[in-house]
Amino acid sequence: MAGTGKAHLRDGDLVLRVEDLVMEFPIGRTGLKVNAVSGISLDVIRGETLGLVGESGCGKSTTGRAVMQLPRPTSGSVLFEGQELTAMSGTSMREARTKMQMIFQDPISSLNPRRKVRDIVMEPLTIWKRGSAAERSTRVDAVLEDVGIDPTRAAESQPHQFSGGQCQRISIARSLVLDPTMIICDEPVSALDVSVQAQVLNLLEDLKARYGLTLIFIAHDLAVVKNISDRVAVMYLGKLCEVASSDDLYARPAHPYTKVLLDSIPVPDPEAELHHADVVGEPPSPVLPPSGCRFHPRCPRADEQCSVEEPQLRDLGGAHFVACHHPYEVPVVLTTSAATA
Amino acid sequence: MSGFQSASRSSEGTLLEVTDLCTHFRTERGLVRAVDGVTFSIERGKALGIVGESGSGKTVLSRAIMGLLPKRGTVQSGSVRFAGQEILGLSARQMRHLWGREMSMIFQDPMSSLNPLMKVGRQITEPLKIHLDMPRDDARQTAERLLKDVRIPEAARRLNQYPHELSGGMRQRVMIAIALACGPTLLFADEPTTALDVTVQAQILDLIGEQRRDRNMSVILVTHDLGVVAGHTDEIAVMYAGRLVEKASTRELFANMKMPYTKSLLRSIPKIDEPSHTRLMTIPGRPPDLVNPPKGCRFAPRCAYARDRCHVEDPPLVAAEQPDHVYACWYPVGSPEFEERDAEILTQSVSIGATVGVET
Repeated sequence: MAGTGKAHLRDGDLVLRVEDLVMEFPIGRTGLKVNAVSGISLDVIRGETLGLVGESGCGKSTTGRAVMQLPRPTSGSVLFEGQELTAMSGTSMREARTKMQMIFQDPISSLNPRRKVRDIVMEPLTIWKRGSAAERSTRVDAVLEDVGIDPTRAAESQPHQFSGGQCQRISIARSLVLDPTMIICDEPVSALDVSVQAQVLNLLEDLKARYGLTLIFIAHDLAVVKNISDRVAVMYLGKLCEVASSDDLYARPAHPYTKVLLDSIPVPDPEAELHHADVVGEPPSPVLPPSGCRFHPRCPRADEQCSVEEPQLRDLGGAHFVACHHPYEVPVVLTTSAATA
Repeated sequence: MSGFQSASRSSEGTLLEVTDLCTHFRTERGLVRAVDGVTFSIERGKALGIVGESGSGKTVLSRAIMGLLPKRGTVQSGSVRFAGQEILGLSARQMRHLWGREMSMIFQDPMSSLNPLMKVGRQITEPLKIHLDMPRDDARQTAERLLKDVRIPEAARRLNQYPHELSGGMRQRVMIAIALACGPTLLFADEPTTALDVTVQAQILDLIGEQRRDRNMSVILVTHDLGVVAGHTDEIAVMYAGRLVEKASTRELFANMKMPYTKSLLRSIPKIDEPSHTRLMTIPGRPPDLVNPPKGCRFAPRCAYARDRCHVEDPPLVAAEQPDHVYACWYPVGSPEFEERDAEILTQSVSIGATVGVET
């Protein structure tokens, strides 16, 4: 769970490369600090969807926001389209943010309640003075239609006149008008009913194809993350536990924490065997994180080494990486790709 | 009210009987039919799941039974019999004899349901002193034992802490301890784990189940998540637009669901054993406005299997082949009309995977 390693980083057409990202928040004058993110490295290839999962407080949202430099991370490097964001001036950062957008959990409170929906979606274009007024108008209508919102109604209505699912569609439209390269979705469906959640997930998949997007999808619901992601990174208390392709991670979890998370998912089938996850309690405080592997106090497989030595991310073969001293056996099936690598 | 005490303590039989319950709210826009003719019952020691989307009336139903709705502006009819006695329409003063001792409720948001200015210990001992006239020291000891029952470590120290000093999962455990304090025979759990992480969710659901068995308590689990009820209930009632549309034992429901609505809800959940990027089946639109519910079957406007009849005639609750399985649908799952349409839909959803579902 230490995951300070970088074995999982790749070459290729990268949109984003994050190295040794650290985010600390001092607590008043106590001299203590919240270790929200403690040395995470990630990369996202163009057109890929990276899922970030973990319990609340694991630093997944902080990671998403640190990538956007909201606020700037304590240390580490964030390369977006080859540009180092952490060293950028405020003005160029604003410019860069037009290419990376964010969608938030609560769709209703992330829209200005006093404005007309169409104006909300139009605003980014107005601020950046893109095109003529007529061009902007056409663009906004096209995007609204793409997300399934009637532009005429959007011109007349305020956010409260729409349902939660529709407000999330509006937030998505707002993030799309500037034609971004990457969208960071922070728990975009967790406030929605299952029926609406499915609509929004399908919509994101369609828009990703239509607009050529790269996505970072942050969520605590593992089934949702699996559905939408190509690659998944599991986080625990500011560290990475395991990184693998979506199908591989769920078929062959190697990290005890990943296994616990998977076993805890309620299965909509009464015949399914109820796994009683062999983990106790809740994550400890990120103010004074445990030594060694941060998961060791709750881990069913922990021994002495785990409390002393921080495990590094290592390759298990087949682009499956784990930061654990005692991972579960993972049958290596993709031997061909391992041999060529 | 001592009659309730003795009658409700027998160990078998029906505990709660709800018959044709209607709960309507007067608003500026007209009468909102939040609960519109719901009938069900629950046996002692059993767990019933009430499932539905937001706006289906599931929360109003549980509050109407508990007598927690404001009297002003609420129009109620029907019957709610608890341990053989009618409780619908009782005043808050009369209901107070039941709250805590006979029925209690766990709410969704543990932070806003606990008093932030009161130590945890006092919040648990308060009902013990008020409802059971327990002396202070006894109440204190009982509170400590309750915290141990709900697996809170260092129970004695926790009694002297404020809610903000506890994590979300711990606060929900405190809520459960308060709800269990006076040994209720019926526990309502309204979305008890929605605000919690998956690992904690599993622990809390197991805890509620364990307490139910230990205390022979009935539990009504209200949730939108079919995954949550599957492993933790004996029976499931599915609600839509203020009505009960399907009810069966949990096993029978999942093996043999009849309502296209139930089927569609289940299909819209992403499954962990499906490969990633599997196209999800959706239910277009959202639940209807309960001021003017649609004619005929209330689900018909969103139902992919609806035919002309569904938009005109309201389907009654009818019995399925299995005993105790009821549903309200003209063309249920398994009927030739349903299967014919379903085959079309399944082929379509593969070929037109790129269309955007418009929410109306």
